[in-house]
Amino acid sequence: MVKVRALFFAYNKQTCFRFPDIDLEAGRNLLVLGESGIGKTTLLHLLAGLLWPKSGSVEVMGTVLHEMSLAKLDRFRGRHIGLVFQRPHFVLALSLAENLALVQYLAGKQQDKNRISEVLDSLGIRHKLHEKPYRLSQGEQQRAAIALAVVNNPRLILADEPTSSLDDKNCMKVAALLKEQASATGAQLIIITHDQRLKAQFQNTLIL
Amino acid sequence: MNIFRLSFRNMTSRPLSTILSLVLLTLGVGMIALLLQVNRHIQQQMENNVRGIDMVVGAKGSPLQLILSAIYHIDAPTGNISRLEAEELQKNRLVASGIPLSYGDTYRGFRIVGTNHQYPELYEAEVASGKLWHEPFEVTIGATVANTLELKTGDTFTGAHGLVEGGETHEEHAYLVVGILGYTNSVVDQLILTATESVWEVHHYEEKEDQTSAQEENHEHEAHGDNHADEGHEEHQAEHEITAMLVKFRSPMGMVQLPRMVNENTNMQAAVPAYEISRLFSLMGVGIDTLSTIALVIMAVSGLSVFISLYNALKDRQYEMALMRTYGATRWQLVWLVLQEGLVLTLTGFLLGMLFSRLGLWLVSRLMETTYHYSFSGWGLVMEEWWLLATALVIGLLASLLPAFRVFRINISKTLADA
Repeated sequence: MVKVRALFFAYNKQTCFRFPDIDLEAGRNLLVLGESGIGKTTLLHLLAGLLWPKSGSVEVMGTVLHEMSLAKLDRFRGRHIGLVFQRPHFVLALSLAENLALVQYLAGKQQDKNRISEVLDSLGIRHKLHEKPYRLSQGEQQRAAIALAVVNNPRLILADEPTSSLDDKNCMKVAALLKEQASATGAQLIIITHDQRLKAQFQNTLIL
Repeated sequence: MNIFRLSFRNMTSRPLSTILSLVLLTLGVGMIALLLQVNRHIQQQMENNVRGIDMVVGAKGSPLQLILSAIYHIDAPTGNISRLEAEELQKNRLVASGIPLSYGDTYRGFRIVGTNHQYPELYEAEVASGKLWHEPFEVTIGATVANTLELKTGDTFTGAHGLVEGGETHEEHAYLVVGILGYTNSVVDQLILTATESVWEVHHYEEKEDQTSAQEENHEHEAHGDNHADEGHEEHQAEHEITAMLVKFRSPMGMVQLPRMVNENTNMQAAVPAYEISRLFSLMGVGIDTLSTIALVIMAVSGLSVFISLYNALKDRQYEMALMRTYGATRWQLVWLVLQEGLVLTLTGFLLGMLFSRLGLWLVSRLMETTYHYSFSGWGLVMEEWWLLATALVIGLLASLLPAFRVFRINISKTLADA
């Protein structure tokens, strides 16, 4: 499902990263562990098609990402890849439900209110449907960010440090939620983090 | 949810800067549109009333005053001229027609004009009810007069001396309304038309009365017979006075020869409406140009305000833009989002400006009606307003171009990492 081959990226001559090959079969999750500054976020952006590698390739669902045109890649990402960032961000002018509807719209999918309620329900924040995201608590915001990533039933969920700012209890909760959501939508989950606490949660670990 | 709704929500989420942009746009567009409309209406009214009149002959004085009083009936007359002299001019081979006008009295602010049937013909006025006047003291009234004063055929009224309301009334001579004219959108709508003889009789009767009372005071009963002869003589003389004559030329040669001839060889003054009106407009034009420039500057500032508003909003929303890209938005969708915000903003400003200008026009029109008995008609868009729309949209486009360019060039990875 996810295949990474000889991936190499350079910001400049000093800052360049060579990443190990990855082969992730369908139905399996992956935890990528690594210290700060060794290119974790870079790897995630390469996997999501937000950055262009200098060499090597990333293949998702049999499609080589960086061979597509920019517009096609945007569409592909919208439809098949869900992203969760370290700090949750939203479109501020819109309510939570509208944010989710926008994400559906941008991916070119049918805007489905039932799906929105379903996702928020499973994350326990359905009552915040018409709330502005920035009015939610920290923990609720993190869940709302997960909702944005999974609402389109992506095939691949990429999470960048989703737990680093959370305490132990919430860290486990978020990790559990991510895994739960991934299995519910039949998606593969790749978490990239320096958070050693997550190690116990994943069988499949790659150390950068 | 779609791009249009999103841009709308983005605008309403920063109400202050949106309102500032809208207020500036409304002011700029509204002022220009109001100026255009008022200018157009005045020009239309002026030109509409001038048709078929090549020259106005009246007493010596200001030519502009003569035109304003004899054609538009918004100024005081320059004085009286001899009817014989005016008729003499009518016989000139270059003159096609001459319409005599005698005025000086009003009824509740509307002017009573003594003339002949050629005058309503000149403005293509049709009789809506009743008939045109035939006897002295029969009047046919303009549509606006009938409407405003609620006069009907068969009503009677007495005129007041002078052109302002509240003048001394001529109680002894009541006018009878015999007809009402239809709307012509010209000065005739605001006039009470009667035979020239009516105006004479009213005033000669008064002169006679004045004289009689003076005589009585002086106890000059003996000279009564002589005086009577004098009066008769005076009356005869006075009968030969009119206020102005509207002249139409038979050929363009008239324009070359007649005004000069009249001004040099007679006691009368000739004024050419086309010339005086263009002089009036060039005087007004300075004011209109100044106001237009101010309005244009306001529009330019509003463009700047739209730009700053979009640019600042975008700075705060960089991350949002990158986020939307990660969720599948294409670059062009985001460019369109920003452009749309600018365009919707300027379009709304334009529409508000139009509303503002029409409200202003309505107020000006009401003011004109109460003070000058002139009203505007036709509220449609003029050609220049389509240009105004184009200008507003170009301003919106220009203001959102740079922000849109930044969105197009956004580095998603870097923006996300920096956030």
